[in-house]
Amino acid sequence: MENSSNKLFQHLKFLKPGKRINDGWTEESPRQREWEKMYRNRWAHDKVVRSTHGVNCTGSCSWKIYVKDGIITSETQQTDYPTTGADFPEYEPRGCPRGASFSWYTYSPVRVKYPYVRSDLYRLWKDERDAGHDPVTAWKNITGDPDKRQQYVKARGKGGFVRADWRDVCVMIASSIIHTIKTYGPDRVTGFSPIPAMSMVSYSGGTRFLSLIGGNILSFYDWYADLPPASPQVWGEQTDVPESGDWYNTKYFIIWGTNLPQTRTPDAHFMVESRYNGTKVVGVSPDYAEYEKFADMWLPARAGTDGALAMAMTHVILKEFYVDDPTPYFMNYAKKFTDLPFLITIDQHGSEYRSGRFLHADDLNSQEELGEWKTVVWDLNANDTTVPNGTQGHRWDGGSKWNLELEKEDGTAINPELSFLHMADEEVQVEFPYFAKEHGDIVRRGVPVKHITDKAGNKLRVTTVYDLMMAHTGVSRGLNGDYPTDYHDPKPYTPAWQESITGVRKQHVIQVAREFADNAKRTEGKSMIAMGGGTNHWFHSDQIYRAILNLVLLTGSQGVNGGGWAHYVGQEKVRPVEGWQTVAFAKDWGSAPRQQNGTSFFYFATDQYRYEERDVMKDTAWGGKYNDMHPADINALAARLGWLPSYPQFTQNSVDLAKEARESGAETEQDVIQNVVNKVKNGEVDWSIENPDDPRNFPRVFFNWRSNLLGDSGKGHEFFVKHLIGGDDQVMAESETSWLPETVNMKDKGAEGKADLFVSIDFRMTSSGLFSDIVLPAATWYEKYDLSTTDLHPFIHPFNAAISPPWESKSDWDTFREISRVFSELAEEYLPGETEEILTSPLGHDTTDEIAQPSGKILDWRKGETEAVPGKTMPNFSLVKRDYPNVYQKMTTIGPDLKQGYGMKGVKLPGAKVYDELKERLGVSKREGLGKGHPDLYSDIKAAETILLMSGATNGRRAVEGWKSMEEKTGQDLSDIAKGHEETSYTLADITAQPRQTISTPVWSGLEKDGRRYSPFTVNTEYSIPWRTLTGRQSFYLDHEMMLDFGEGLPTYLPPVNKGPYVKGENEPEHEEPSITVRYLTPHQKWGIHTMFTESSPMVQLFRGWQVVWMNEEDGASIGLHDNDWIEVYNRNGAIAARVVLTYRIPRGTAYMYHAQDRTMGVPGTTVTKKRGGTHNSVTRITQKPTHMIGGYSQLSYGFNYYGTTGSQRDTIAVIKPMKEVNWLES
Amino acid sequence: MRVKAQVAMVMHLDKCIGCHTCSVTCKSTWTNRPGTEYMWFNNVETRPGVGYPQEWENQDYYKGGWELKNGKLRLRAGGPITKLMNIFYNPNMGTMDDYYEPWTYDYEHLIDSPKSENLPVARPKSMITGNYMDKPEWGSNWDDDLAGGSEVVSRDPNVKGLQDHIAMEYEKTFMMYLPRICEHCLNPSCVASCPSGALYKRDEDGIVLVDQEECRGWRFCMNGCPYNKVYYNWNTHKAEKCNFCYPRTEAGLPTICSETCVGRIRYIGVVLYDADRVKAAASVEDPQDLYEAQLNCFLDPFDDDVIKAAKEAGINEEWIKGAQESPIYKMAMKWKIALPLHPEYRTLPMVWYVPPLSPIMNHITNEEELNTDGYIPAVDQMRIPISYLASLLSAGDTSVIRKVLLKLTAMRVHMRSVNVGGIDELGKSKLLEEAGTDVETIEEMARLLGVAKYDERFVIPTGRREMDDDLHYRQGACSLEDLAPPEGMVTYPFERGN
Repeated sequence: MENSSNKLFQHLKFLKPGKRINDGWTEESPRQREWEKMYRNRWAHDKVVRSTHGVNCTGSCSWKIYVKDGIITSETQQTDYPTTGADFPEYEPRGCPRGASFSWYTYSPVRVKYPYVRSDLYRLWKDERDAGHDPVTAWKNITGDPDKRQQYVKARGKGGFVRADWRDVCVMIASSIIHTIKTYGPDRVTGFSPIPAMSMVSYSGGTRFLSLIGGNILSFYDWYADLPPASPQVWGEQTDVPESGDWYNTKYFIIWGTNLPQTRTPDAHFMVESRYNGTKVVGVSPDYAEYEKFADMWLPARAGTDGALAMAMTHVILKEFYVDDPTPYFMNYAKKFTDLPFLITIDQHGSEYRSGRFLHADDLNSQEELGEWKTVVWDLNANDTTVPNGTQGHRWDGGSKWNLELEKEDGTAINPELSFLHMADEEVQVEFPYFAKEHGDIVRRGVPVKHITDKAGNKLRVTTVYDLMMAHTGVSRGLNGDYPTDYHDPKPYTPAWQESITGVRKQHVIQVAREFADNAKRTEGKSMIAMGGGTNHWFHSDQIYRAILNLVLLTGSQGVNGGGWAHYVGQEKVRPVEGWQTVAFAKDWGSAPRQQNGTSFFYFATDQYRYEERDVMKDTAWGGKYNDMHPADINALAARLGWLPSYPQFTQNSVDLAKEARESGAETEQDVIQNVVNKVKNGEVDWSIENPDDPRNFPRVFFNWRSNLLGDSGKGHEFFVKHLIGGDDQVMAESETSWLPETVNMKDKGAEGKADLFVSIDFRMTSSGLFSDIVLPAATWYEKYDLSTTDLHPFIHPFNAAISPPWESKSDWDTFREISRVFSELAEEYLPGETEEILTSPLGHDTTDEIAQPSGKILDWRKGETEAVPGKTMPNFSLVKRDYPNVYQKMTTIGPDLKQGYGMKGVKLPGAKVYDELKERLGVSKREGLGKGHPDLYSDIKAAETILLMSGATNGRRAVEGWKSMEEKTGQDLSDIAKGHEETSYTLADITAQPRQTISTPVWSGLEKDGRRYSPFTVNTEYSIPWRTLTGRQSFYLDHEMMLDFGEGLPTYLPPVNKGPYVKGENEPEHEEPSITVRYLTPHQKWGIHTMFTESSPMVQLFRGWQVVWMNEEDGASIGLHDNDWIEVYNRNGAIAARVVLTYRIPRGTAYMYHAQDRTMGVPGTTVTKKRGGTHNSVTRITQKPTHMIGGYSQLSYGFNYYGTTGSQRDTIAVIKPMKEVNWLES
Repeated sequence: MRVKAQVAMVMHLDKCIGCHTCSVTCKSTWTNRPGTEYMWFNNVETRPGVGYPQEWENQDYYKGGWELKNGKLRLRAGGPITKLMNIFYNPNMGTMDDYYEPWTYDYEHLIDSPKSENLPVARPKSMITGNYMDKPEWGSNWDDDLAGGSEVVSRDPNVKGLQDHIAMEYEKTFMMYLPRICEHCLNPSCVASCPSGALYKRDEDGIVLVDQEECRGWRFCMNGCPYNKVYYNWNTHKAEKCNFCYPRTEAGLPTICSETCVGRIRYIGVVLYDADRVKAAASVEDPQDLYEAQLNCFLDPFDDDVIKAAKEAGINEEWIKGAQESPIYKMAMKWKIALPLHPEYRTLPMVWYVPPLSPIMNHITNEEELNTDGYIPAVDQMRIPISYLASLLSAGDTSVIRKVLLKLTAMRVHMRSVNVGGIDELGKSKLLEEAGTDVETIEEMARLLGVAKYDERFVIPTGRREMDDDLHYRQGACSLEDLAPPEGMVTYPFERGN
């Protein structure tokens, strides 16, 4: 007990010697310890609030936010996740150092506290308004006057922000939208926001608004190149992966290009702990990455050569476990769950043979409904061709035989044959493409073939996918042709063959392949491969992935707990997806959203198409019609054939097109559409995609929220700055020396500064903010209400406001609500009543559009190869009504269209009951107007409740209804999957009390009953539900004309394409200093989640501050570098100023600039460009892979974030040199 | 026998993912204020590497810990006389270069920048001088993941004696992480170094603290601690150090660094030791005997005599039960898989480490030699040289390390044979024998290391506040003592203790 008066006395007492013990060595002194309360008081807090972190990280970790004296002091992880079971590691704690530093932002000096407008724009605006112009006219006057426009566009990125009033800013934004709609059309208003799962309400605020006005919403998963196109190709599924807890179930774990400790920090322990349970871990990575610490073996494959390694492993597994010692478990799996037994035609081209397309029922007879979409096997029981259940045709033929039971429609059992080896009518030498050497090659190998007769009486040669795989991978089985003799023969695709490509010893390849398969054999599929950015961010990502997936498919490991692929990069799972989709895209009001694939959009909007390198698309021995076409031309083809979306749609305003059709006498909706289609057909109406530099096609208004598009994910950053923004750029490439398109109209000079208004909404100042015209202050993740889910764990948990949004910040939901309020007020005058417009949309995945273009044959209506038929040979056309004055009413209430039902991925849910339940949970709107009496959606809390109530994952009744809808299609009994959950209905309060485990629903493919860990496709393997592919099975073979044209029918190895550093004839910077040319890689970093967290003080102090580039120390020494020296990295795309980190941990010839550090901190000017050094994306530029543009063909059909080109950036080559002068370019 | 209780920690290095979450959560709780910028009560080091502060293990430079001179234990930095002579200048204290010059950025500039010729940027700024700097030159974790390469790695004091075993080249790369907090030693040299008596080891739980009212800022503790885990606050002019989160442990909660450890590598529990054996243990001649000597200080919490003596020493039932269920007791004392860091410093540290496994070196070139011993490689093929681990954890005795690695390997092989099969029984039993363990222990081990539930990792009885006086008074007055001084209160009904 102590008080101040006796302090001195206490101190004196303390000087008295205490009792000596321990042989006189230690003194026990009963000292005064009152001071200890100092630290106790620091630890004390007033409340703990459950919240989480909002974008760009898929961890979805629940956190305790400590509040003391009304201030957020710090955060630590929650540890109260529902249990995984008595003998299983738990999910606690989840979180990482980045997340733990988040509260720094709340009161940090980078916090955006007020709305800001660039002074040049603000002055112009104010002058117009002061001159008495109404706001829409004011905007028109500013943007319509080239001098005025230039004045503020050229000021972008040059400081000079002024504080503005919220209402005033909303008026400016609303006016810009109204002016744009009237002048160019609503599809010139564009928004970008990624990864809804990590704050679905905040995402929805913006997209709901854009959906209601007809704006253009950009996808992100494909743009980030995180989408693995192999997933839709192989499974017809965007991405579905095991939760991290399932890693503990695996018994053999290959970690392949995904740095689990560094990027899946809260999950990594499951992998570590599985090792104590007897699991072997093998790591594949070019550097000694953090995960190698946990491996039993490190396979140091050279960057980008993973496909070669996987093909050699495929070779070993096929040889040892299918041919030498056939494994019953694998063979049965292959027959039931893969396309290996399906029949492929062998087509003659001159004197040569190549594999063709899937044989389908319509080839054999005309009796089958949708026979062109029903693929065929050889049935051993009948010794004849047979159509098994479950094909794409069965999915849409109205029957109930869309299932994987090995039987015919009449119920007779079938036994599909994998190989014709012992019953061949002929051995044919088939040509297989080979790309591992320059210009490629063709390999000819014998394939057993059967002869059959088609319905017209023609003789057809057919073989199985299995036989093709054997020949292609070089497993000879005694057949003739160019087969390798053994593993040591360096022909494709033996272990010896891969050695010179990957650098991995052939012995290790044999060992790992053998162990992987042997383990799967012993455990019936508990062999798993984690993969991610390192293997996925390549131009040929799909082929790398397909080669790796061979291993899990051939060993029966997919659809098994503890087995299969585990893809972790940017993947995300909006578990309550049905409700989220409805809210996010305003489907309850029947709105028709525009959903554009981000990559195509940016490719044209930032003019990256003007800088292609011809060398990237090399001539190959395989030839082909399309691999010689410029990607921009193929993209334009894809747009007009309905494969990919294309917004803006047409150079002509979509509102005007409808109006003109009406004026010319079109009465019905169909008449209007036909009127427009005719104009499109005869060329009166232009495709925007073919005129990207025509001012009428500029994306005029751009919203960037929950994202740092420019500082982080803008691949080809300098092209963004140059063409979209119009700021100071560092582009060194020239169109004149580049490979140019033919059908896309090039202007002499690419347009600069296409956007009229660029708005960023954020709580921190990033590069995106620095280049924006308006920056709006967002509430942080600890200041709002929202929902979070992930692939990595099965729980749902909330965001809660630990404090109310401080200063003038607002949640994203509230921000867009306020914009919509002002917009609707102005629309009363400027866009009154209903507005009609023409909407085109691509042939969509999971709809009957999937069966639009039979056999995957490419027929261009423009060339007269087929009729132009909307929804068949070209996009869907519809006439939609926008109700601009009522956008605010619709934003803030749930609309009556919900009553007609909702759902996704072909799953239908009844809506009327849900609408009534929502009225009860949310209350009804009392605001005067259209929305009055409808369920109230005013706040973020209500949006969260809506999502919870409407989705199967969070509401048991919806789950049960969903499974019922699947039963009708599949004829399978699925009732027990969600049984017992009928009464489950989570509220925001429930998940705030504790994260809750989500319920299994048919929109996802994993089973979660009885506390089981989520593993994808277990629904398919255990309930015989087909994959959403052509055969209904997991696909090895892709027979679309474009695929075969590129030689990519089967999984194969394609080397990295090398972009840059310069093309012939370009002006390279001249200097006297030594330099080195390297492969430039941008894997995810350790000290941030993308640019988020990187500038926070804890992260800065924990490494070296920003920006840094890692290099091999010998490479560094070769150009005279010491650790921490300044360097510049450059190529034709731009330049970077950074400090170098030297190490021997990474291989020579490679530089790692970890993604993403942003250029806002510590970046001086470069000597190469004399401008501020760029971001990690300043030396990248995207090239689109044409095979990702395919559409209208089964699983190769467009879906938002599902299929489409990816913004790959790994194939970059750059130059590094020392930077002797450091110029901060600051006065 | 003089029984004392100590809260202690085990860090399972094999599980450490090197994420530094522990460092961040610790820092935002304890050292996120002026004067503490460079203080990392908890830090994580990549090894091989120089650590923080740089080369802290170089005791020729820092002169930390104890040494045995003529059979007598004494501070390496010298006794009270030397101290007094150097009281205004401590020649062994680290300089700012050994730590680093903390930096920040002029973040405000991004928002406030007037219209300018170029894109605004936030430049780095020293937190010491407030001046712009071109680039930071060192930090608390500058060599993360082998950053700096052979230049830095060769300065690791543990590498210096092992040139033959350690190749700093791509093919032979290895690395591990070493998270560090204060060791809360049984024989703390920081306490002995303090001229003011401001450092003390708490009697009830062994936590070592710097009394913030008594500290006079002499800073002899900074290098007196051979782990360099005491820091000087330039703002208060007092030393501060890891307090084992006593405000949390007293409430039965694990330390911040432990609860927030996403690798789940940390374990906390109570151990009982005989305070009368400490001096002798720290004074054994051969540094390689220190580990065993320290183990001999600990008492079996199931032993009736120990229990009796513990109760007499005022240790209550819950603490004895805690000692019996203690994961530390199991890992460090019973299974002997956790080892003290640098036992040769003779401080008898109480944060214990399980050494890590690592991938095999790729030296097998013949297909026939492929090791299929349940797929799990043998310890002698592993990348991290055993001698390197021995330099850290066993005063150079490689046999101690080898034995631990064998136990971990035997555990993996056994669990594989249980879960997958395909393992030769004979080979397995040989491995068990060599590791000196048995199936029952191994399965218990696999559970504690692998399943590792929260309440198995952390067994922490709440603080023994009943030993405190005036609990009734405190109930209402805590934190308001200034408003409610107990003296002369008429409403205060009970006799106060003294």
